[in-house]
Amino acid sequence: MLKIQNLHARVEDKPILKGIDLEVKPGEVHAIMGPNGSGKSTLSHVLAGRDGYEVTAGSVDFLGRDLLAMPPEERAREGVFLAFQYPVEIPGVSNVSLLKAALNAVRKHRGLSELDALDFLQVVKRKIKLVEMDEQFLYRSVNEGFSGGEKKRNEILQMAVLEPKLCILDETDSGLDIDALKIVSNGVNALRSPERSFILVTHYQRLLSYIKPDYVHVLAQGRIVRSGGPELAQELEAKGYGWLESQPSAAAG
Amino acid sequence: MVMRTAFAPQERLPAHAPSREPSWLYLLRAKAAQSFAAEGFPSPRAEEWQFTRIADLAQQRFTPVATPAAVAPPLDGWLLADAYRLVFVDGLLFPALSVLPQAAGIICDLAYALQEKPAQVERHFGRIMERENHGFIHFDTANFRDGVYLRLAAGSRLDRPLQIVHWGSTAESLAATRNLILLESGAEAEIVEIFLGGDSSRLSVSAGEILLGDNAHLTLTKLQCDSERAWHFGGNYLRQGKSSVFKHHNFAFGGLLARTEVHTRLDEGAACELNGLFVADGQRHLDNHVRVEHGEPRAVSRETYKGIATGHARGIFQGRVVVHEQAQKSDAAMNSRNLLLSAEAEIDAKPQLEIYADDVKCSHGVTVGQLDEESVFYLQSRGLSDTEARGLLTFAFANEMATKLSHAGMRALVEAQLSAKLAPLAPALQPDS
Repeated sequence: MLKIQNLHARVEDKPILKGIDLEVKPGEVHAIMGPNGSGKSTLSHVLAGRDGYEVTAGSVDFLGRDLLAMPPEERAREGVFLAFQYPVEIPGVSNVSLLKAALNAVRKHRGLSELDALDFLQVVKRKIKLVEMDEQFLYRSVNEGFSGGEKKRNEILQMAVLEPKLCILDETDSGLDIDALKIVSNGVNALRSPERSFILVTHYQRLLSYIKPDYVHVLAQGRIVRSGGPELAQELEAKGYGWLESQPSAAAG
Repeated sequence: MVMRTAFAPQERLPAHAPSREPSWLYLLRAKAAQSFAAEGFPSPRAEEWQFTRIADLAQQRFTPVATPAAVAPPLDGWLLADAYRLVFVDGLLFPALSVLPQAAGIICDLAYALQEKPAQVERHFGRIMERENHGFIHFDTANFRDGVYLRLAAGSRLDRPLQIVHWGSTAESLAATRNLILLESGAEAEIVEIFLGGDSSRLSVSAGEILLGDNAHLTLTKLQCDSERAWHFGGNYLRQGKSSVFKHHNFAFGGLLARTEVHTRLDEGAACELNGLFVADGQRHLDNHVRVEHGEPRAVSRETYKGIATGHARGIFQGRVVVHEQAQKSDAAMNSRNLLLSAEAEIDAKPQLEIYADDVKCSHGVTVGQLDEESVFYLQSRGLSDTEARGLLTFAFANEMATKLSHAGMRALVEAQLSAKLAPLAPALQPDS
């Protein structure tokens, strides 16, 4: 599904990613862990197509297409979804109108007809149950006045409605209390399927207690320094990141 | 500088002052005509007019229509179903479309009031805005032919909103109107006033005098959607009694050059909320001028203006809050937020506070900027194109002012205009259904 090869990227003159290799197959869940400043969020932003990052080398293949050549909206329509670490508040745009505009943009791209208002509402009301949100949130402005947990649940709601192929969760667990973490994780788990892949970007192991990854990668100083199974996350939790940075880098898996 | 004008009003006074008009009005008109002949329209050298270039206006030739319109104007979609209504076409009453309350004497057109109850009109006419003395005011006093007279007795409430519609159609015509709105103590009313018309070069000038007694409540919404060839000046001038409440919503979407003024003076404990939104596109020049005077203690004023300018247009917000020496415990906040969407457009925002009292809470803020790029990316990452994302954010920015309208029919009308107006910017998006 996703094949990242030798990806280098910089912000202004500062190199952040220094040769990332990663392959994600359909249905897999990959966790990318690492200390602050290791390049985790940069990787998610580069994959989503945010301005301000310059890719200086390497390639990203998404379902046989050059992901880096697409503008952000085309990536979204092709099935890449980024759940933001800090979802943006948009006063004056209701959640429901954003969901409708987004879903119809994606459907149009896939050659499907636009949903009428009634069908659309049925879809949304079904999906909103996944994240245990009250329907009144649909009619509030996007993320405006939402608590941290409500914003993250709203991200998962958007993800559920858009049904992407590749979901990138950028520090979705940050700022969540344990109840919200469970709800968000349940929502993500409900969306897991053999056709849908996930990249979980996180600083802490605790998210991975609720969403079990197939692979764990450790990012440090812009490179993947270690890859392994779920047990690697537990090892990191016990030992911290320090011991990895002092070791020579291992091959990415 | 005296601006020469092709329609020196004093020459036409006899035509404008029918013999049945009271002599006091004839004298007021003559005096106003004299002042206008001497001073002309305001010069941009006056601070309150520094952003408004009306030199071009003085070069135009506009004349009042000779006879009332025979055919009803095309107002489908503009009329509120649940409202009283007065319709003016080219400045003259069009009675067939008017709807008035059963109870006599609450609302009528001003020309009728001048015939039937001249003493009541005289008691207030020109006095509420006696300190307003620029060229457009003189011009209006000298030239108005009709307008609205509304008087609510103490403690009474107008059971439906009053909709005032000004339709302009005749090319090169001048429509000058005057409103006199009197709410005695504790009275309540809602008024919506709409200015629009066909695609012709015209001038509409409107001045409103509004007196709110103690504890009176008035909500006034203005929607100005005139053609890009039309000139417009509209001002409302208030005196607010103790603990009275005035809410104003100013939607400036149309006209080639249009200026709206709202000036009020607050007695003890009175409150005003002045909201505004201008959307200036094409070659338009939309000027909005607000002045609030805190004359006594404990009054509250809020001004919230938003503006969008695109194309080669220019939008202006000038707000002045004056807190007089005796107006302790005044609470005033003024905010102007603006979106500049093209390199050739211009926005001038100038909030001013003049404070002579020492125990007050006053603030003001201005922003002029572009759309938040973080928000644009967020929407793109959900599948919206760059254009769609910017359109949606622009609509959202503007629509916040429409959501402040409590009257559903009026809100729908404003939102429809806003969608149409922003459609070139937001091709794929409509307001919430």
